[in-house]
Amino acid sequence: MEHGSYQDQSASTFSLADEDHTLANSLRFTLNQDPRVALCGYSIPHPSEARVNIRVQTTGDPANEVLKDSCQDLMLICQHVRSTFDQAVVDFKNNNGAENQ
Amino acid sequence: MPKIPLWDLPELPKNQLPPHLYLQKTRVFCNNDAPTHTENIHYSGAYAALGVDNSLRLDEFRKNFKVKVIKLNEEDMEFDLIGIDASIANAFRRILISELPTMAIEKVLVANSSSVVQDEVLAQRLGLVPIKVDPRLFDYMSENDVPNQKNSIVFKLHYKCDRGSGERRTVYSHDLKWLPFGSEYVLPTESSSDSTSKPKTYTSFTSSQDSLPEFANNPITVTPGIIISKLGPGQEIELEAHAVKGVGKTHAKWSPVATSWYRMLPEVILLQDIEDDDAHKLVKKCPVNVFDIEDVGRERATVARPRSCTLCRECIREPGWEEKVALRRVKDHFIFTIESTGALPPEVLFTEAVKILEDKCERVITELS
Repeated sequence: MEHGSYQDQSASTFSLADEDHTLANSLRFTLNQDPRVALCGYSIPHPSEARVNIRVQTTGDPANEVLKDSCQDLMLICQHVRSTFDQAVVDFKNNNGAENQ
Repeated sequence: MPKIPLWDLPELPKNQLPPHLYLQKTRVFCNNDAPTHTENIHYSGAYAALGVDNSLRLDEFRKNFKVKVIKLNEEDMEFDLIGIDASIANAFRRILISELPTMAIEKVLVANSSSVVQDEVLAQRLGLVPIKVDPRLFDYMSENDVPNQKNSIVFKLHYKCDRGSGERRTVYSHDLKWLPFGSEYVLPTESSSDSTSKPKTYTSFTSSQDSLPEFANNPITVTPGIIISKLGPGQEIELEAHAVKGVGKTHAKWSPVATSWYRMLPEVILLQDIEDDDAHKLVKKCPVNVFDIEDVGRERATVARPRSCTLCRECIREPGWEEKVALRRVKDHFIFTIESTGALPPEVLFTEAVKILEDKCERVITELS
């Protein structure tokens, strides 16, 4: 759910249901690393409600485009972590197999 | 420090931070009184005034990111994640603990329990027993679902302590017997209606679970050796335990890890040469034996095992030592540990955790477009 104005799309608050620090903090990291972002932050309005608000203010680009790109970045990071990790595990197993023989 | 005029300072290479700022950005300083520079600098324009770009470029990340496996067996795993931000490493840790599904006992049907352990305590103890089965083979059971072979696992526990024996008997988790055909208890309302058709039980399995290829020669078991109850002479426990799929944030019994944690790599730097008596003093100071002495004409202290440093700061406690030894932590080097409970091997747990974070991003992307 997005809260923003039609006149100025460069600043918006995104309210994500069923999410917590896990996603919001990672997204805040990738958002802050994007040069188009002027300010971003997140808050959890109430601890017993599963919801985070992510605030994005940009230098001009539409905020939802920037957030989408940040999600994409985070996904690419995850994919790279996964492939590197799998390779490291395979290497470790191969090396240990060789040592045991 | 002597004052140096600005025009006498050496030229810095483009797009590179001056050494002291680089150190503050990448290291936590563990000083005698308190740690400093503990924050991570995320903002892309943080160093814009210096002409240094702090934004994330994926090709840079791909070049620098490394994984090194230190230890791996069926239960535990230790590995290094190098070149990643704490927020993402923490996301993996949080997902491992609270969002990866496993199977755990949720309903216990007690037919008879005369042991001193109350039924609710018994049920709680059963719930915490880890079940060794791949949760990816099962579906979640939602509120309106009936328990079937795709979303439930049924175990039976029947244990009796004979009156004549005069001994106490211990009931262990491995006394739970898997029932691939589902519940054997007949629903009370159905029992009298008609005797010709098969009586309806608490579960409605349409086929046996051991006919599935995954379980054909591989019966579902639980972690053995966990004490569930103790029975005195003449006492008996007879019950059925129904396990369903769930996640750790609902209840810790569904958490696939005993725990999972990370620590940043400790870095121990000797700022000056520490020789002879001082070297021996330093080796003695350290309770985890980080330092060694090498013989180079004189005896000189070396940092032999920085990884085992707990940053207890004992070596810099006495006055004068803070100038000799620097204790730091590397902000983007995580020593990650996963202790699995046995449902899945730890390396699979981690890849599943990363997949969940990917799914979360995908959900947001589809919601926005």
